[in-house]
Amino acid sequence: MKDEIKLIIPSRSANEGYARVAVGAFITRFDPTLEELNDIKTAVSEAVTNCIVHAYKDTIGLIYITVSADKGIVKIRIRDRGCGIPDIARAKEPLFTTGGEERAGLGFAVMESFTDKLTVRSTVGKGTTVTLQKRLKVKDDGQK
Amino acid sequence: MSVKITVNGEVVTAYLDGEIDHHSAGIMRNEIDVAVEKNTPSMLVLDFRDVSFMDSSGIGLVMGRYKLLKPYGAELHVTNTSPQIGKVMKLAGLDRLAKLDN
Repeated sequence: MKDEIKLIIPSRSANEGYARVAVGAFITRFDPTLEELNDIKTAVSEAVTNCIVHAYKDTIGLIYITVSADKGIVKIRIRDRGCGIPDIARAKEPLFTTGGEERAGLGFAVMESFTDKLTVRSTVGKGTTVTLQKRLKVKDDGQK
Repeated sequence: MSVKITVNGEVVTAYLDGEIDHHSAGIMRNEIDVAVEKNTPSMLVLDFRDVSFMDSSGIGLVMGRYKLLKPYGAELHVTNTSPQIGKVMKLAGLDRLAKLDN
C-alpha cells in the first residue's frame, strides 16, 4: 500500500502553520535534507494561504490535503471547493495579485521554484487543485 | 509570534519572533507601523534572528514597510535571515529594495 496521508482543515488562517508542520512531519520519515523539508513546507504554506485568501475569500470552507511518497518522490495535492481561478496563467505571473497591498503576488512563483513540478487545475465556481511534486535527493546509502 | 521594538536615536529596530505567514504577518505589520509612525525614524531595521519560518507573506511584510518608509526617505535594513528566509527573499528580488545583511 502506498504511503499516504490525508488532512482536511477549515480555511482559517490559524491553520496555516498546522498544515505545513503536519505535512513536514510526515515527509521527515523519508529523510529529506533540511533544505528540501523547508522548500516543501514553504510551498505548502503558499498553497494553503491561497485557499484561505482567495478560494474561500469571504467564507470558511474545507481544504483537502493529500501527501504521498513513492520512490523518493513526494507528491502533495491541495484542493479546495472555493471560487476557482478564471485565468491560471495570469495568477501564476510573479507579482500579480488580487489579494491587496500586503500580498506580494509570489505564491505560485514560490511553489514553482521550491518544488520540481507544479500543476494547477481550476474551475470557476467549483474549486482549485494544486499538485506539487518534489524529488528527494538519494543519500549515499541508496535507500530511497 | 511577536515583535519587540527598540528605538535608538533615529533607528527603529523590530525584532521579529516566530513563524511569518499570512496569519502572523498582519499582527507584526501593525506593531511595526505604530512604532514607525510614532518615531519617524531615518532607518528601520527588521531583525529576523528569531524567525524560524517565512513564506511569501513575509515578502509582503517587507515590501509594505518599504512603501511606508519611502515618503519619509528612510532606509530599510533586513538582517539576520536564515538560509530558508534568504531563499524566499532572493526569489522576490528583495535585495534590490532593502539592504540585506546576514
